[in-house]
Amino acid sequence: MSGPQKKIVKRIRIDVDKCNGCLGCEVICSASHAMPKYSSNNPARSRIRVIREPLSDIYVPVFAGEYTAAECAGRDKYIIDGKEYEDCAFCRAACPSRDIFKEPDSGLPLKCDMCESDPSLDEPLCVQWCLADALIYEEVEVAAGDESETVAELDAGLQALAHKHGWPKVRDAVDRMKKN
Amino acid sequence: MRYAETGFNLEVDLARGNIERVATDPQLTELHLGGLGTNAKLFWDRVPPEVGHFDPENLLIFGTGLLTGTPAPSCNRTVVSAISPQTRLFGFSIMGGFFGPELKRAGYDKLIFSGKSPAPVFLWIHDDKVELRDASHLMGLGTLESAEVIRQELEQPDAAVSSIGLAGENRVFYASIEQGRSSASRLGLGAVMGDKNLKAIAVRGSGDIHIADPARFIGLCNESLAFIKHRDKNPLKGVMPILAGLGSPQEMAIDDEKWHTENFVWGNARVRRKGFWTEEVADEWTKTMDSMRTRLLSCFNCPMKCGAAISVDTRMCSYMMKCFSKLTYTMGAFSDLEFGLRIAQKATEHGVDAFSAPQTMAFAIELLEDGILKDSDFPGMPADSEGRFYWLLDRIVRREGIGDVLADGTYWAARKIGGGAEEYAHNCIKKTEQLPLKLGMLNHMYFLMYCTGEKANITQIEGNFPQVPFPTREENEDWNEDWPQVPDERFKEWFRDWELRGDNSIPHYPSAEASFEIVNWQEKMHYIDDSTGMCAGLSSFPYKPPFHIHNLPTLISAGAGLDLDEDSLSHLTRRNRDLVRANNIRRGMRREDEKPPDDHWKHRFPELEQQLLDGYYEFKGWNPDGIPTLESLHELDLDYVAEDFLQRGILTENDEAPAGAAAADGEES
Ligand code: SF4
Ligand code: SF4
Ligand code: SF4
Repeated sequence: MSGPQKKIVKRIRIDVDKCNGCLGCEVICSASHAMPKYSSNNPARSRIRVIREPLSDIYVPVFAGEYTAAECAGRDKYIIDGKEYEDCAFCRAACPSRDIFKEPDSGLPLKCDMCESDPSLDEPLCVQWCLADALIYEEVEVAAGDESETVAELDAGLQALAHKHGWPKVRDAVDRMKKN
Repeated sequence: MRYAETGFNLEVDLARGNIERVATDPQLTELHLGGLGTNAKLFWDRVPPEVGHFDPENLLIFGTGLLTGTPAPSCNRTVVSAISPQTRLFGFSIMGGFFGPELKRAGYDKLIFSGKSPAPVFLWIHDDKVELRDASHLMGLGTLESAEVIRQELEQPDAAVSSIGLAGENRVFYASIEQGRSSASRLGLGAVMGDKNLKAIAVRGSGDIHIADPARFIGLCNESLAFIKHRDKNPLKGVMPILAGLGSPQEMAIDDEKWHTENFVWGNARVRRKGFWTEEVADEWTKTMDSMRTRLLSCFNCPMKCGAAISVDTRMCSYMMKCFSKLTYTMGAFSDLEFGLRIAQKATEHGVDAFSAPQTMAFAIELLEDGILKDSDFPGMPADSEGRFYWLLDRIVRREGIGDVLADGTYWAARKIGGGAEEYAHNCIKKTEQLPLKLGMLNHMYFLMYCTGEKANITQIEGNFPQVPFPTREENEDWNEDWPQVPDERFKEWFRDWELRGDNSIPHYPSAEASFEIVNWQEKMHYIDDSTGMCAGLSSFPYKPPFHIHNLPTLISAGAGLDLDEDSLSHLTRRNRDLVRANNIRRGMRREDEKPPDDHWKHRFPELEQQLLDGYYEFKGWNPDGIPTLESLHELDLDYVAEDFLQRGILTENDEAPAGAAAADGEES
């Protein structure tokens, strides 16, 4: 095997201290995803939302991540420098526990696509519109996940399931999923 | 399909508790755009001059601008209108923040309140769901306090709330309407809201705002952002730091306040504090700002962050401050910045205008010092300046004792107090307090702006043309190098030849004709902004802004689906401007009301001033009494105004033409 694999990851660095709460990022994101492009804007359709509590000086831009069908077993609540953030404030999921990151009309989940387009943009639009530099676009090189580690993880996961349910049930479940 | 606007207003009859969603006529958008323009039209149609400020028939309108809520940077304005208790004229006060875009997304361009509610209420708008709710538990609460209670009660943490405090509830003539990051402060419209028993309006909207020509529109938005970035890296040279950038004056970000503190006059607009801005003061103020300012804040979709979160207690944000209120209490009381930031928190919760309130308090103290008011008028007032200001503020917003008199502002209070007090209300135009500024030599352009500004507030009419020339002609030429915002090249010539001293200096240069054009241009830009909902901070107010007469017609057309060019936008703006004036003329405003404070300049030229005013009236198409002539009303499609003027005897058939020629049309030359 060759040396460790590398891959390029797109990253947006979020500096909450620099956010001035303007919501320009929500405006441009929702406008650029309108059909036809820019024909309307509506922050409710944006893939970035700014969690704002002005009187607590809380401004947290959050990007829409994966959809989740069920909410987590429990919630988290962060207190940083004395500021108490709302439940799950930093979570990116389109989750049944809250309204954000859902198409207002259809309820379908929204997900940030990093403004993938052809030709590609120098920077995602929300970053371009954030003149406060609260959002900074970066491309970083990270180690690609190691194949053998993934297999080891899978083995461990299956062992755990078998331990809990017994091998026959796990085998049945796998067969059933294969058919569907 | 309506673009940029929704095509619907909400009519709220507070007396009956009746709420109706009313479709608007698209032709009115073509004639007046929105915001101030359509507000003025509604007042003309529905509020005759017999209606007083606290009559149930007085309307209170919250009108979004035509482009408010679109992606055009800084288009977030709501124009609040009512007959003002101070001026008794058609009052308008403009707020930014987040309220307007939220209202539009809820599906409404304007809220129109009529009548008076029998009991305190607040209005809750959630898209199609609109209801008046009991507000008795909110009475006496501060503006931000009540907004928080409402958000919690509705379980709507993101609702935009406009509210009044004790001052509005008690009909203080300079009560504001506060909205967190922004406010409608001038002319006492909060008192009208209080008189209507309307404590607050909360709104949440989730709809789309549409754009007619998306590609063209977003292209201009992107250009403006690129320009703002460029200007951020390249502040204008040769002007005070506070004037070198864009936005409202950047007083939250910039600590250097030499210009304002030393050039304005303080207390009751009396004392010029030359040499005030020492190194120690600069140090102390910087420290205060660093410790109390927790964040710079923008309005909706604007990068300029002209406001700030200020912490005066354990909260990271006790309130949000906007530009000039940083100075008015501090300097009005001859105190320090920490005091200013602390009392401004109380004043914001009570909801008072930060121009008028400190001036009125300093006016009271002057009257006491000069024996016109007596110690017995101020029972229990502390001896120190800060203590007095806190004491007075409290009495005023409760209308207790002397506070009940002072709550009417300097003009009306002076008339109640008598005994020579009138002389002390020396800083008013059209009965409302002005910026505290007293200067040496008459500036004839400012003279015209002070006289004819319909809102009697200089910051609402001045703007794009520099207040003074540079020391040398070369510097003037440098300035001209990069000045595409001017309507045409003549403006650069006038500026190039302008001198600080000598033949080409104020009040004789720029020439009368040039001055008319310069004043008219600056005013026109404000009237455009006030109908589109664009913030003056990116257009009509600062030097060399991103939006100007050459790109605004395209922006408005592409956004709203109209077909405007520079000429037609100028013509439309003149229509709006004269309709605002028509409302005031019908309420009795005349030439004799159009004058700056006597002591505004030391060197005055009465004859020249009257000639200038004659000339400017004529230039504007107004007769020598300042009334739009029949002919110009006809040109502006305002024949219905002409008819009304004739019926009321305000104009007669032969009264119409000013001596000499037909009205000059300034805008279309
Ligand atoms: S554009 Fe930037 S500053 Fe504005 S809300 Fe978004 S992250 Fe904050
Ligand atoms: S990167 Fe693009 S898609 Fe993602 S939030 Fe920003 S503007 Fe929206
Ligand atoms: S320029 Fe300042 S006041 Fe105007 S909209 Fe922008 S942030 Fe608000």
